[in-house]
Amino acid sequence: MRDGMRVVVRLFGPAREAVGAGSVELELAPAATAADAVVAVGEAHPSLAPLLPRSRVAVNLEYVDAGTPLAPGDEIAILPPVGGG
Amino acid sequence: MRTFYQITDTSIDPETLRGAITDAGSGAIATFVGVTRNSFAGKAVRHLEYEAYAPMAEREMERIGMEIAGLWPVVTGVAIAHRVGRVEIGEASVAIAISAPHRREALAACAHGIDRLKATLPVWKKEVFADGSEWRENREEEELDDGR
Repeated sequence: MRDGMRVVVRLFGPAREAVGAGSVELELAPAATAADAVVAVGEAHPSLAPLLPRSRVAVNLEYVDAGTPLAPGDEIAILPPVGGG
Repeated sequence: MRTFYQITDTSIDPETLRGAITDAGSGAIATFVGVTRNSFAGKAVRHLEYEAYAPMAEREMERIGMEIAGLWPVVTGVAIAHRVGRVEIGEASVAIAISAPHRREALAACAHGIDRLKATLPVWKKEVFADGSEWRENREEEELDDGR
């Protein structure tokens, strides 16, 4: 994809286990949003499908809404329902 | 406000948290310590494994501390620690300590803090049984009803 944007998506807990890796790289369109990254990671890794609708997304260490625009170099993370405490 | 935030792979000492937020003007320190249970739904748990998105978890601890300072401006200190890695049954997996001039604010802020961090801290818990393991989520209904 020309003028695409390469991003790293970090995976945690059950998402990391479903993929077998702590992070994956994705090529996204230049104006991609957090929601686009979720769709792309789900297409690349179908084993994540059951988890994604219940997961939250963080960009650069902050929870974000689906419509948040992404920029090259952003650190995106898929955060399944948490279990701390 | 004094603060202490920590993601750690070694044991949590509540005394360290209290020491970090002790303040001469504070007559109260409320501490909550969460310890790992030996069963889930009648099934024996052998040990727990916690995983954190550590840099975000520490930021989230700071954010919760700021929220507490906004809700209870008299609070003089917030300390939070969470374990990662393998945690044996009966060990502390999380601790929060709050200092304030008086007990009411310290207790209320402590209760609020543990509710918030169970809802938002990017930490995942795996229960390990004799015959397998399972990721365990905090129940959403419990977490959203935080009594604010």
